Amino acid sequence: MSDFLLELRCEEIPARMQAKASEDLARLFTERLSEAGLKAERITSYVTPRRLALIAHGLPLQTDAVSEEFKGPRTSAPEQALEGFLRKTGLTRDQLEDRDGVWFGTQEKPGRATADVLAEAIPAIIRAFPWPKSMRWGAMSTSTEMTRWVRPLQGIVALLGGNIVSCEVAGVLSGRTTLGHRFHSSGDVIISSPAAYAEELERAFVIVDQERRKQIIESRAKALAAEAGYELIEDAGLVAENAGLTEWPVPLLGHFDPAFLEVPPEVIQLTLRINQKYFVLRDKAGKLAPAFICTANIEAKDKGAAIVAGNGKVLAARLSDARFFWEQDKKTPLAVHAEKLSRITFHEKLGTVADKVERVAKLARWLVEEGIVGSGVPAKAGTQNGMTQSGSGLLPTQEHERAELADLAEQAARLAKADLVTEMVGEFPELQGLMGGYYAHAEGLPDAVADAIRDHYKPVGQGDDVPIAPVTVAVSLADKLDSLIHFFAVGERPSGSRDPFALRRAALGVISTIITNDIRLSLNKFFQIVLPEIGYMQGWQQAGKEFAALEAALEASLLSDEQKLKFIMDNPFNVQDLEQSELYRKTRDAAVAALQQFVDFCADRLKVQQKEAGVRHDLIDAVFALGGEDDLVRLLARVRALQGFIETPDGANLLAGYKRAANILKKEGVETQTVIPAEAGIQPPPTELDSRVRGNDGEYSAAAFSHSQTGEDNSGMPDQVRHDDLGYAPEPAEAALLAALDAAEPRAAAAIDAEDFEGAMAALATLRAPIDAFFESVIVNDPEPAKRSARLALLQRVRAAVHKVADFSKISG
Amino acid sequence: MAETADKPLSFQGLILTLHDYWAKQGCVILQPYDMRVGAGTFHPATTLRSLGPEAWNCAYVQPSRRPTDGRYGENPNRLQHYYQYQVIMKPSPPNLQELYLGSLMAIGIDPLLHDIRFVEDDWESPTLGAWGLGWEVWCDGMEVTQFTYFQQMGGFDCKPVAGELTYGLERLAMYIQGVDSVYDLRFNDAVGDRPAVTYGDVFLANEQQMSKWNFEVADTDSLLRGFEAAEAECQRSIDAGVPLAAYDQAIEASHLFNLLQARGVISVQERANYIGRVRDLAKGSCAAWMQVNGWAE
Repeated sequence: MSDFLLELRCEEIPARMQAKASEDLARLFTERLSEAGLKAERITSYVTPRRLALIAHGLPLQTDAVSEEFKGPRTSAPEQALEGFLRKTGLTRDQLEDRDGVWFGTQEKPGRATADVLAEAIPAIIRAFPWPKSMRWGAMSTSTEMTRWVRPLQGIVALLGGNIVSCEVAGVLSGRTTLGHRFHSSGDVIISSPAAYAEELERAFVIVDQERRKQIIESRAKALAAEAGYELIEDAGLVAENAGLTEWPVPLLGHFDPAFLEVPPEVIQLTLRINQKYFVLRDKAGKLAPAFICTANIEAKDKGAAIVAGNGKVLAARLSDARFFWEQDKKTPLAVHAEKLSRITFHEKLGTVADKVERVAKLARWLVEEGIVGSGVPAKAGTQNGMTQSGSGLLPTQEHERAELADLAEQAARLAKADLVTEMVGEFPELQGLMGGYYAHAEGLPDAVADAIRDHYKPVGQGDDVPIAPVTVAVSLADKLDSLIHFFAVGERPSGSRDPFALRRAALGVISTIITNDIRLSLNKFFQIVLPEIGYMQGWQQAGKEFAALEAALEASLLSDEQKLKFIMDNPFNVQDLEQSELYRKTRDAAVAALQQFVDFCADRLKVQQKEAGVRHDLIDAVFALGGEDDLVRLLARVRALQGFIETPDGANLLAGYKRAANILKKEGVETQTVIPAEAGIQPPPTELDSRVRGNDGEYSAAAFSHSQTGEDNSGMPDQVRHDDLGYAPEPAEAALLAALDAAEPRAAAAIDAEDFEGAMAALATLRAPIDAFFESVIVNDPEPAKRSARLALLQRVRAAVHKVADFSKISG
Repeated sequence: MAETADKPLSFQGLILTLHDYWAKQGCVILQPYDMRVGAGTFHPATTLRSLGPEAWNCAYVQPSRRPTDGRYGENPNRLQHYYQYQVIMKPSPPNLQELYLGSLMAIGIDPLLHDIRFVEDDWESPTLGAWGLGWEVWCDGMEVTQFTYFQQMGGFDCKPVAGELTYGLERLAMYIQGVDSVYDLRFNDAVGDRPAVTYGDVFLANEQQMSKWNFEVADTDSLLRGFEAAEAECQRSIDAGVPLAAYDQAIEASHLFNLLQARGVISVQERANYIGRVRDLAKGSCAAWMQVNGWAE
């Protein structure tokens, strides 16, 4: 057994690539060795800006001898076939053996010296190394075939025990010499053995262990902060980045002019962190402190005075710029900034950012006016099926509140993207939203508007705050829904790891905002609002004069019914002509298809989100399989109720009974009927525009979260069994089950209508005992055809009743 | 920094020291290219000479013009005309980093007193169809040099790769001299009764007037005509097999585009189109250069 050291030394490796590179080296090394039948007891990995290293502990010095058997051609095969076989395997004729007319040969491979295996493995690892970006350099770069590395490769240390493993890559010869710290060490550093590597380099001012460098940075930074009476704002990413920029980290504390603190703290923090890679501190009151900690790579002769002074100066210049931007931006109202958004392309097929803002503003207003995003009126009390008519049943004060809220939502939406054209966000794109919030406050806009501008991008990831303020919720939802639906409509769907417009994140954001706020949004209704706009984007607008009136109609798509009516009176146009147009039909169908994809995508996201929240995925599938649901909150209530029910003995037994019934039906060939429920799948409206302008929506619908291709037998039972038309005297258990169904079905249906899913489950639970008793005493497969078919129909009825609540066939157990 | 006996280098002293240093490393010391360019990289000694198999080592100062950076002489850090110090070594020598650090020591930066760091910064020039990997070099948190290994130029693989160093001279001088405004830089040292002058003495009026011209005065019609003329002339020169002349016209078009942008007459949509046109000129010139030298594949 011996230890092996590999050090690949090169010019400075980008800090962000080091951790992954270190893992890749260990992985590639392990793979290469295992191909040769070698395995180390353990591997230690090191990485600094100038070297990737690993020590493989406890490597055998030899690989095991192996014998490999090859099957050759038949002995009757032509001579050429045999010769080819011998050439390929390197076997000789006397090593062959005739087994039942087929040549076999066994090759004994003696064990190899590990050093030889390593000498081959090192160049192979280097050539196969998966750097995110790599380059050529030096005299050998006359060929584009040369071995690439992240930056010029300068040295290879390869020691097995105390001995050099010789190899050459990209003109670099392996050996035992390396270099120490760039400035604190001069001349070669000779490594005597793998065990001595870290220590010998430390004497040359290089701490090879990245974890130790991180520790030094973190503990020293904390101590410096405490000495100055401050507290370090911890930042693991920054610790790692600084550890990736230094071989001998020396944190130093400096100060900046407190006058800069008038600039928003996030700006200062970003300036320090992103531009300068400095740590930020806070004072006893929790406020940002006028101080910074930088991490030098040297033990400076003057204890770092010059370094701190230099860094302080650079920082002051940066903060002056930031303060200049802050003051400059504030001079212009957000509404004026927003005018410039018409010069920024949002997406080549989706117009400018100003176009998007216009859509989002309308949608945000709509969400409030429809009562989907509430004004303190609890959504549940005021809505049924999320389809509340605007203004219906509201008190005058509530009506007034709602109108006010709608105005605020629209105002916030119109200003939400204005900060994109400010100097500050130009400099720090990650401050989008936040700066808008600050500028809105500075110009005295209502708090609700400023907060909505600030937070409308939220939630930007898991664990981020989900908006709850109504104005913010309206703008945030409108912004994300608009992006999702329109990107889908133009075919920009996420695929694999490609999600350039962060639509997965947007969908998760919509889902968590809806769930958190218990928002009853019927996706059907949403589609009716956006479908004309999608068609518009997709090319109706290119249809020219023919559609001039339509364009105007679409502009009006978020107007009230009265306004629409007036509009139609004022702008007569021929709907028939429009519908005859192939362009119209093509784009409309494309839009409808895009909507269905959008729905499926949201369903997938919802499943992911629920699975991450610990909900059993088979239960999710069982509810999703029902189809016909377009309200997230209701869907999840059903999943929750199902989860509660299935864990009770009644639930478990009902499931068992259901499975038994389903199995019999399957065996008897009474398969699930492929009846597609009317509401499954988005149906293109035959006279969509017509229905719209007549104020008659709901002619088509989108079944959110459905699998339209797998129709379910939850409707249209052809031969439902009623007690009175059996035509024979049922057995007691049979009669009891019929009676139980008669009682349970309406109870379950009523409970579902009232969105009382626990109640629906309870109604189903009453079936459990009769089902058990039925299977106990009744033979389904009766010789009498009438009985047999009546009983099969009864089981079908049981299955259908259960499917009203969830598709139990998807539930495991 | 020369904290010991001598006072820090003047601005011209900095240039002379770098010239002396890089001359000793075997670099040809060239003079600035006599055309308006946005960066030292545009000098044909970099762009064209980084192509092809021949060894090429040179250093030069290049006045660089960035019309949109003009601030009428009122911003202490921003100029529409400034100097870059450019070093090109092809093939990139194995000790290029050490040579570079040697130049910092030569101008008085002590690496045991100041924190020198190589921070990832890859370079890409859409107008030149070029890219490379490298770093920005930090001295006490300030970027003082761009350090790049060219991988492609004009759309062609660099065979072999050239190493490029670009020093921001004003910034470096401000650091060495410890001044907060570029206009306060000591340009030279007094000799006897002949006084020293500042950078402001030399360039302040230039910044004021050129900012005004760039932003307010320049005749956009003639700039536009100039752009089109340069574009046509570039193509004619490519066809005539004189790529060096063609490249001059590409540089000219590039600068006229920058001026048009400063005058605010190019919309966002048009911008990409103009950049594409300039890139075509630069790439075409590079391709013709490869052709006449017999390097094209």
